[in-house]
Amino acid sequence: MVPLSWYILLSAVMFSIGVFGFLSRRNLILIFLSLELMLNSVNISLVAFSHYLQSMRGQILVFFIITVAAAEAAIGLAILIAFYRNNPTIKVDEINLMKG
Amino acid sequence: MDMANYLFEMTMIMPEITLICVGLILLLLDLAVKKKEVIAVVGIAGTLVALYATYKLYIFNQPQNVFAGMFVLDGYSNFFKLIFYINIILTICISLKYMTIEKSSFGEYYALILFATTGMMFMASAADLIILYLGLELMALSTYILAGLIRKQPRSNEAALKYFFLGAFSSAFLLYGISLTYGMTGTTNIKEIAVALQSLNIVDNPIVFLGMIFMIVAFGFKIALAPFHMWAPDVYEGAPTSITAFMSVGPKAAGFAVMGRVLFESFGAMQLQWNSILIPIAVITIAVGSIIALAQTNIKRMLAYSSIAHAGYMLLGIIAGTADGLTSTVNYLMIYMFMNVGAFAVVISLRREGFQGENLEDYMGLAKKHPVTSALMLVFMFSLTGIPPTAGFIGKFYVIMEAVNSGHMYLAIIAVMFSVVSAFFYLRIVMYMYMKDPKEEVTLTSSSSLNFALAVTTAMVIILGVFPSFLLNLVRSSIAG
Repeated sequence: MVPLSWYILLSAVMFSIGVFGFLSRRNLILIFLSLELMLNSVNISLVAFSHYLQSMRGQILVFFIITVAAAEAAIGLAILIAFYRNNPTIKVDEINLMKG
Repeated sequence: MDMANYLFEMTMIMPEITLICVGLILLLLDLAVKKKEVIAVVGIAGTLVALYATYKLYIFNQPQNVFAGMFVLDGYSNFFKLIFYINIILTICISLKYMTIEKSSFGEYYALILFATTGMMFMASAADLIILYLGLELMALSTYILAGLIRKQPRSNEAALKYFFLGAFSSAFLLYGISLTYGMTGTTNIKEIAVALQSLNIVDNPIVFLGMIFMIVAFGFKIALAPFHMWAPDVYEGAPTSITAFMSVGPKAAGFAVMGRVLFESFGAMQLQWNSILIPIAVITIAVGSIIALAQTNIKRMLAYSSIAHAGYMLLGIIAGTADGLTSTVNYLMIYMFMNVGAFAVVISLRREGFQGENLEDYMGLAKKHPVTSALMLVFMFSLTGIPPTAGFIGKFYVIMEAVNSGHMYLAIIAVMFSVVSAFFYLRIVMYMYMKDPKEEVTLTSSSSLNFALAVTTAMVIILGVFPSFLLNLVRSSIAG
């Protein structure tokens, strides 16, 4: 049987890769993928904890996260398309209409 | 579950159900009715019905924990709901004419405001981290769309994009924090976490601490605390001005509601640990907000930095870690809503067809042509600075007093010092209005709903400044009950 710590380590590594990708990538779609990676790493750790603790709460939260992530993806891509119609770029460095 | 119990639990979330239903009705009504005023009026009426439902529940009920400990109805959540209702009404009043000028007067706009507020209400009433997350996402997803509602304007698109990416990033942090806390304590219930921390004796556990830090980071994003404030100036500048007013109050109040509840109820035993994070954050937030605002030439950006600084002041009440401290924070939030929405209402009144009216130069000599609007702006600017007899002074006074009472004298000194710095950029607008000659003629857009919002906010800023005890007692009894 795989011990809990392996799952938690996997989830921590995935989350870190996601954070790194979010901060270092320059392409909006890849940033979006990094976000999904972060959410899925949380799902892994929640399911692992849920199994280890023998409580259903974690798995219930996972279902909510998957649902909300789908809604989030729909809204995020819609915003991206609305953006792309006015300024056809998906490079982060060119999104600098406002300084910040 | 038996039927009577089920019905009882449903009545507890009647205000939320009302707002969601009214939101759906607005979406349908948008197909049938051409005049947006009708939709706005229905939206306000629905909010008033929800307000009445909350009032009824507040009068007749003891604190209730319903839906298997997921949802709590107590004075604390009810007071936050009051803030959210007033915020909806003021926002709808200031946006009616404005959204027509921006050519983005969609019916969805009003529905989304109601949906976002429902999310905030669930956050304020969350007794479980799962419902907290769902409420936060309902609020966040609706406000992402609202920020980008002016589809034809690149600035608005960019604001929505930045808000979306950083908001989603912060919710991932929240989830990671929840998962760590859940793993260590074996529960997601906010009250049971506190019990588990004691019974498992893991108050000093570094992983629990890490989970708490992740959650504070996520709440910090929503509240726009430095160093998680990077999105705020851009989003506040690019979003429609009415939505900027809505966003600078609603999500901030909801963020403080959950922050107060999670830190006080779950991690109450770890006050030393969370203060070691929050104290530096508060100092940086106040400093960054006050200093960078000095360099701004766009008034929406300046108000964004000002809202960051105000979030820092509000944090002092949480740092105090007592019920009185929380009272001062909530009191500040209520006052901040009136003065901030009021200031944005004045900014909106300068916007007209073909004229943005967002630069500081546009305010030059405003007092000569428009003495009343200038006088109102003067009141709001004085209040934001914290000059008596306006409400802003009362808000600041109580949070700083709580910082002193809890033994954080240096925090109080820092807060007062930066309050003086902030006087520069607030009073600069007053100086522009009264002591400079106008560069070009500025005609104001006015409408009866905008005037109503201005009248209410000004009246409240002055009344709460002169008679502060009424609001303070209300907050105190709500939090105690």
